[in-house]
Amino acid sequence: MLMGQILSLAGMFEGKHVTWMPSYGPEMRGGTANCTVVVSDEEVASPVTSQAEVIVAMNIPSLLKFEKAVTPGGYLFINQSVVDREPTRIDINIVKVPCNDIADALGNLKVANMVMLGAVVEKTKVVSLDSIFMALEKKLTGGKASLIEVNKEAIKKGMEAAK
Amino acid sequence: MAFQVILKRPESLTQREFTYCPGCTHGIIHRIIAEVIDELGIREKTIAVAPIGCSVFAYQFFNTDATVAAHGRAPAVATGMKRARPDLYVFTYQGDGDLAAIGTAEIVHAANRGEKITTIFVNNAIYGMTGGQMAPTTLLGMKTTTTPYGRKADNDGYPLHVAEIIKEARGVAFLARTKVNTPQDVQKTKKAIKKAFLAQIKGLGFGMVEVLSTCPTNWGIDPVSALKWLEEHMVPEYPLGVFVDKVGDEQ
Amino acid sequence: MAERVLVKGTEAIGEAAIRAGCRLFFGYPITPQNELPEYMSKRMPEVGGTFLQTESEVATINMVYGAACTGTRVMTSTSSPGFSLMQEGISYMACAQLPAVLVNVVRGGPGLGDIQPSQGDYWQATKGGGHGDYKLIVLAPSTVQEAVDLTVLAFDLADKYRTPVVIIADGVIGQMMEPVTFPEFRNLNTLPKHDDWALTGANGREKHIVVSFDIDPHVLEKMNLEIVEKLRKIEANEKRWEEYKLEDAEIVITAFGTVGRIAKSVVEQARKEGIKAGLFRPITLWPFPYERLEEISKGKKLILDVEMNMGQMLEDVKLAVKDHARIEFYGRMGGVVPTPDEIFEALKKFLNV
Repeated sequence: MLMGQILSLAGMFEGKHVTWMPSYGPEMRGGTANCTVVVSDEEVASPVTSQAEVIVAMNIPSLLKFEKAVTPGGYLFINQSVVDREPTRIDINIVKVPCNDIADALGNLKVANMVMLGAVVEKTKVVSLDSIFMALEKKLTGGKASLIEVNKEAIKKGMEAAK
Repeated sequence: MAFQVILKRPESLTQREFTYCPGCTHGIIHRIIAEVIDELGIREKTIAVAPIGCSVFAYQFFNTDATVAAHGRAPAVATGMKRARPDLYVFTYQGDGDLAAIGTAEIVHAANRGEKITTIFVNNAIYGMTGGQMAPTTLLGMKTTTTPYGRKADNDGYPLHVAEIIKEARGVAFLARTKVNTPQDVQKTKKAIKKAFLAQIKGLGFGMVEVLSTCPTNWGIDPVSALKWLEEHMVPEYPLGVFVDKVGDEQ
Repeated sequence: MAERVLVKGTEAIGEAAIRAGCRLFFGYPITPQNELPEYMSKRMPEVGGTFLQTESEVATINMVYGAACTGTRVMTSTSSPGFSLMQEGISYMACAQLPAVLVNVVRGGPGLGDIQPSQGDYWQATKGGGHGDYKLIVLAPSTVQEAVDLTVLAFDLADKYRTPVVIIADGVIGQMMEPVTFPEFRNLNTLPKHDDWALTGANGREKHIVVSFDIDPHVLEKMNLEIVEKLRKIEANEKRWEEYKLEDAEIVITAFGTVGRIAKSVVEQARKEGIKAGLFRPITLWPFPYERLEEISKGKKLILDVEMNMGQMLEDVKLAVKDHARIEFYGRMGGVVPTPDEIFEALKKFLNV
């Protein structure tokens, strides 16, 4: 969810049209959650979609649910630390990132999502790293400001992992 | 010899004649509320919230800004007014069907929030306007148009003791139960009503007076007997008294 | 230019209300609109306003009634079952001619339904909802920015016509984040005071009475006629809609709110495949832009009405289009949001392509 918000915010800073649409309800209270982000040069019409150019699966249920939704030639990012099974599609680009392991090595498991965000930015170039950092600084304020550095580090590590 | 005015219509009542039945005590209660508003000098800063029931017409009788709330919702309407304009004084005038049946949630929560409003609760143990049906405050054994064999506890439950329930709410600053069947009691009720307004004026919290009242028409007895009936039947069920008083004696 | 910020729809509506001069919010928790009262509970004290969590939606709407009696800008928000509970109070407000803004973030129904996005309250919002003869102005945003703009407009229309105004959204508009620009803060001293009718204490004037009631049928009929006259004025002046790629369109999709923007993607998709489609999106669901839709429908191959319900706005589309064109309907219920692909498939089926 946060990953999607940072991405949307970064897109906004670049003057792009963006929408961030979460799943909500009981899913928010402990189940798996998902969100749909649209970053576009044109006005965003539908904020919902049955297919996406980029899908990020942080866990097994997400992989099972959304693998089929990647447009042919698109990207499927998988959190390798948690997902121990193989995707079945062969018409898409698959990027595996050991997000939890990298985050753990950085001493903060919570930044696993930022590791993945780094990988997505590296592979898709949807927004620039500068914009991502700007968004991070905008989002993490007050008591959370101290977490900016470790989040930036996680993003950089994610980029390296995806190279 | 010069004449001196010693009794006149309170300024807080309009010139309109009451439309209540002969012997009904709504008129007396209206008058003492109006006298209190006059004495406190707040008529020009007061809003009256009338209920649904016989006293729906209270909005015409009080010479203050006024509205009529949906059935039972007067405390919510008054809350909205007071939150919008804390500088004004807001009172609700409600019967037992309005306040003690359909409006129980609103009165309990207004009291509990310590809403700075004043409520005059007129308990005559019956629905008046709709034609004498059982109220939550109807006495056991009492015949009404919906308890033709008398109210029975096993089917209809028990008379609801509103003041005793409300007194548990911590936001209450003044709470009393009085009656209006004798001149002395009318004066006592007036004093209680004044304190219920002072609780609001001083910003202490919620103020309410439960007034035991008569309904000769729907009780099916003459007005004088009704005053006696109130004394003999209602007072034993609904003990009089001051339940909460954070206002004190200095007035 | 003012700063662009990325915000959730519900919070955007809350901030827009504050910018419009609203300093009073009453509400009761119900999903999916809780972010709005939560936002207000944090924001109102910052701007010297009041937020009150009530004991029920019934109490809420009556507090709104009370506050509106004093001529003060006031707002509440709820979701479908809560909106149902408010209907009696809304009817009272319509009759007493009280201004207020009511937000309904519609969820799947009927009954307890679910908490997913729906448009199942179109009828409840536009056809009355409560008892008696009245209509409410109903505004349906399809983007977060439009939700901001329509919230400000809602307060102005409510004051101008002395009527409750409903903003009808759903979980998509409520939960999604989009960049928006907020208007400047309205100077509270410039807001309408309603000195001629509001209950503010009879200080140096005759008493004011605000009631939704008269025992004399002839007097009540006069009150009714006054409301009817006002509604006619609103119909004449306040119809709003969006037209999208209709210039050369042979197919017209009619849709509002969330579906209204999803349908834009369908228009694009259709045009890529050589189908000349366009979109007609009512922004005021009441007053409904009948005349304009009728004009547009003339000579069209197909009018496809798409909604997240069983075909509620469809009735108004039929009233507008009459027999000028063929009308078909595609709808999803239960909180299912149709994707552009699904709508496009339905369109192709109706066209036999």
